[in-house]
Amino acid sequence: MKKIILFALLLLPYFAQADESKIKLKDGPNRDIVEAQCGICHSNDMIQINSPFLDQKGWDTEVHKMIKVMGAPLPAEDVPKVVEYLTKYYGK
Amino acid sequence: MENRREFLKGLAGGLAVAGGAILTPAWAKTAEKLTVTPSDLTANNIKASTLETLPGKKPLIKRSFRAPNYETPVAYFNEVFTPNDAFFVRWHLNNIPDDLSANSWRLKIGGDSVQNAMEITLDNLKNDYEHVELAALCLCSGNRRGLSLPHVAGVEWSYGAMGNALWKGVRLKDILNKAGIKKEALEVAFNGAESGVLPATPDFVKSLPMWKALDENTILAFEMNGAPLPHLNGFPVRLVVPGWTATYWMKMVTEINVSSKQEQGFWMRTAYRIPLGKFPEMDRFTSQEYPGETSTPITEVVVSSLITNITDGQHFKHGQTIDVKGMAWDGGRGINLVEISIDGGNSWQNADLGRDYGNFSFRPWRFKFKPKNKGKYAVIAKASNRAGSTQVFELIWNPAGYHNNVVHKIDVVVA
Repeated sequence: MKKIILFALLLLPYFAQADESKIKLKDGPNRDIVEAQCGICHSNDMIQINSPFLDQKGWDTEVHKMIKVMGAPLPAEDVPKVVEYLTKYYGK
Repeated sequence: MENRREFLKGLAGGLAVAGGAILTPAWAKTAEKLTVTPSDLTANNIKASTLETLPGKKPLIKRSFRAPNYETPVAYFNEVFTPNDAFFVRWHLNNIPDDLSANSWRLKIGGDSVQNAMEITLDNLKNDYEHVELAALCLCSGNRRGLSLPHVAGVEWSYGAMGNALWKGVRLKDILNKAGIKKEALEVAFNGAESGVLPATPDFVKSLPMWKALDENTILAFEMNGAPLPHLNGFPVRLVVPGWTATYWMKMVTEINVSSKQEQGFWMRTAYRIPLGKFPEMDRFTSQEYPGETSTPITEVVVSSLITNITDGQHFKHGQTIDVKGMAWDGGRGINLVEISIDGGNSWQNADLGRDYGNFSFRPWRFKFKPKNKGKYAVIAKASNRAGSTQVFELIWNPAGYHNNVVHKIDVVVA
């Protein structure tokens, strides 16, 4: 039995239950705002998988879609910060 | 303790189903190693798309944790019916009730074009209507979106945002007819139990034209491959719209409204639309087409195929017969031809078609060949249907990355 438990524990890092806390966005100014604001509705792997093919205009469009269509409560003063971070670290 | 036991059981099952050759190494850190190499996915997508295990599921390729979007590794498509615990998971909104039980579920039938609004329980659904069973492919409109070049934003799927299952349920038309449909009825709108995190997020509501809602193949399914639907695939009841893309297959459906007006929500009016005239003539959802606009709702699945049992770069010994297998499908006209090229598309030979499970199902196919010479072989599969439609060699690019039916190519090495 002990052996089985040990085996299971060894495998856990690979087949762990879905846990988004392992997502690490690139370090940079305003990462905290991006994580907190975008993370309200979706996990931030959505940013990773959608990269790096959006340019500044592309990310701006996405951010405004989230605000206007999806109702993201992103304060106006944070919009340029978020777009800048996404463009610099996850942009084309 | 029980959890660990279940966990090990699940793991062993996964290895057995997927087979040794393709599931190597079993602990691959990136999920793409388990599938056909989709070399056009971005490196960032591949890196972020780890194998993750949702409750009740085998490890699947995670595209996003929240909302949960997980695709099925290609190895599972070697079987005609995709196992429930490997069936892809796709949600738009993240408030997914986890306490929806068979007892608490209710389905409301209403709208301005219904004679008698009603509410039914799961027992009513199962006991009061004739049961039907059919095989049908559930294919995400954006399957293969991640392969769009230039890339487009969205859930960056590879080949596995699809699954073929045997669905058991009752005809939607039987329920609608019991409620009574007024002559002014234009569309039937469906709502599921999930909602957005923010009240301002548009609820996921989809509609069908009357003719499709009343089609005898459109069913409310309570069983999938002989078992209740997995929670994440829409337990207890989901809509099955054979031939049309999965966006219409409402999961955890709780509300059906027959209306004299067009459904105007974001998910019909703005999302899931394709440019008019860019794809071959298909089912048209004309009440959702607006004067002066150039888009139309996505409807039918386009003809396509996938090579499932060999992987890019795989080596074979010279003199060995190479057995190529895969699946083909379309929007319900029926697959009648699968052609294979082993020379990158210069010449073609017919594959053997396997058992026919009906026009809405995966159609298995197989092709064996013995390479004359050593070297590289570019194996391509191309399916055609009874309406004469076939696959494209160059992507019909569109902003949302829908309907990607570019022929699938696998490069193998004979040495």
